[in-house]
Amino acid sequence: MLAFAIRRVIEAAVVMLTVALLAFVLFRFVGDPVNQMVGQDTPLEDRIRIRQELGLDDPVPVQLGRFLWGAVRFDFGISYQVKQPVAALIAERFPATIELALAAAVFAVVLGIPMGVYTGIHRDSWLSKIFLTISLIGISLPTFLIGILLIYLFAVKLGVLPSFGRGEVVAIGFWRTGLLTASGLKALILPAITLGLFQMTLVTRLVRSEMLEVLRTDYIRFARARGLASRAIHFGHALKNTLVPVITIIGLQVGALIAFAIITETVFQWPGMGLLFIQSVQNADIPVMAAYLMMVALLFVLINFIVDLLYVAVDPRIRILGGAS
Amino acid sequence: MTRPVLSVRGLRVEFPTRKGVLVAVDDISFDIAEGEVLGVVGESGAGKSMTGSAVIGLIEPPGRIAGGEVRLDGRRIDNLPYEEMRRIRGRRIGMIFQDPLTSLNPLYRIGDQIVETIRAHAPVGEKAARQRAIALLGDVGIQGAEARIDSYPHQFSGGMRQRVVIALALAADPELVIADEPTTALDVSIQAQIIQLLKRLCRERGTAVMLITHDMGVIAETADRVAVMYAGRIAEIGPVRDVVQSPHHPYTKGLMGSIPTLDANAPRLMQIPGAMPRLNAIPKGCAFHPRCMEALGRCWQDRPEPAAIGRSEVACWLTAGAVAGAGR
Repeated sequence: MLAFAIRRVIEAAVVMLTVALLAFVLFRFVGDPVNQMVGQDTPLEDRIRIRQELGLDDPVPVQLGRFLWGAVRFDFGISYQVKQPVAALIAERFPATIELALAAAVFAVVLGIPMGVYTGIHRDSWLSKIFLTISLIGISLPTFLIGILLIYLFAVKLGVLPSFGRGEVVAIGFWRTGLLTASGLKALILPAITLGLFQMTLVTRLVRSEMLEVLRTDYIRFARARGLASRAIHFGHALKNTLVPVITIIGLQVGALIAFAIITETVFQWPGMGLLFIQSVQNADIPVMAAYLMMVALLFVLINFIVDLLYVAVDPRIRILGGAS
Repeated sequence: MTRPVLSVRGLRVEFPTRKGVLVAVDDISFDIAEGEVLGVVGESGAGKSMTGSAVIGLIEPPGRIAGGEVRLDGRRIDNLPYEEMRRIRGRRIGMIFQDPLTSLNPLYRIGDQIVETIRAHAPVGEKAARQRAIALLGDVGIQGAEARIDSYPHQFSGGMRQRVVIALALAADPELVIADEPTTALDVSIQAQIIQLLKRLCRERGTAVMLITHDMGVIAETADRVAVMYAGRIAEIGPVRDVVQSPHHPYTKGLMGSIPTLDANAPRLMQIPGAMPRLNAIPKGCAFHPRCMEALGRCWQDRPEPAAIGRSEVACWLTAGAVAGAGR
């Protein structure tokens, strides 16, 4: 177990270092940031002064070293556009994205797993066919369209839910949460459904196909022959055996939700990291882009690590393998 | 013979397919008495396992029981609603499957699986059930049951796992155990142990056994009576000594003749030419007639029904003729 943990930490460090190098390369090849910061008629002396202040005239290895040293301390410099520390900008936006992504993931899992189990057990019932039709829609409609349709229906026509923003937020330390106010929760519903619908259909279909597979196995037949109740067979014995692949997919998808909530955040003007990223791309705000890249990489590494730990919790055979290696 | 625990009459199992209805089990009848071991032998596809599944009500759809009845202690069970049948499975009829490597859920400790089975059928607490589970594991010969109850299936060998499977089948003290090829997947050296164990446990508890196998050696050693199945029907059924030593049906004779012995003077092993027909091509008349060396004209046309000869019942026109010819 210790060997496993150490190996994973080294792997994670390699991944993060690679991403950091890529992020740093961004600085070198996306043109001269000074041009973005100053007006057209700024004199040359001022430009040189700014360049020196930003350390852009230092040798490349020095700049790289400074970037890496900063990254380790979560210091990504100053945003060229808004002239604030990048870390503070991200910290401000981070809770919004995390809350949105987690709400979407919970929506996907809480609805997707029961629907998958149901359609796996009752293959030919009409309710299964309805579920599968919904999931087909979820897979085939693009996210922005779902978002716009939901806004049209619930915000414009019915007027029951807000169409943009986060509602009121409450600060707990640095974390500003929308989960504790009514308007915050209401504002969360539509974006979370928009973002989670595709994941939900994915989970439904995955759980369904895994259930079909598992229900054919001998141990399920034997469980029936032992006279266990259907509930215990389906939710205890069968579902648990489908979980390893399901956890893998959900884990990767949570990463994807956080990283690529960009479209949903744009449609709903959700003040999260995705929106920040879009703005930084428009303004060639490289420190923000680099920090965002590092942030997303870190999240993926962490989620993968958590997924590996969950495997161990679900399947005892992996425990033995890990201990032996 | 005491009152039968299990009584099967005219059982028929069908599989509707696109090309027509396949009959996997065709009008078979047999009894199993209290504490008796009935061996069921036959080639693959003869309908042995399907008979076992029908008795415990676990035929996979679209297969279904299309006729006849199954009685447990005189009460009809083949037409019970799912929930009532569930309470009979495990509690009154236990089942052992062929492959112990896949019969146990890999994600649960064996103790949990036993406790779960006990508690599904009896109102006992977690602690009491666990004590019973430890006792059961001891009964099936697992050393240090106290410590091993918290192991996972993959931490056991195949033979050990089959012992656990037996413990699970016997967990709620059923009156009947259906053992479907319980040793086929095991090493030869373990097979005898497992069969002896099963036989001893069932004798101690007075449990009747339906032992499905294609191994005549296992039958000869273990069973009280034996039913020989061919193409979904019972060819011959009777006390194991009668059937093994003086078989009547030509198929049974062939089966017995094909068992190797170490006797130096033994003649060449017999073989039965051809193969058992597939379910969609069962011939008219006696299903065995295309392979039978002694077939009569009648065997092409009419299906023989089981008729008593001594203590056995044989479905064959030859013996029926002999009985009639002897003027009995």
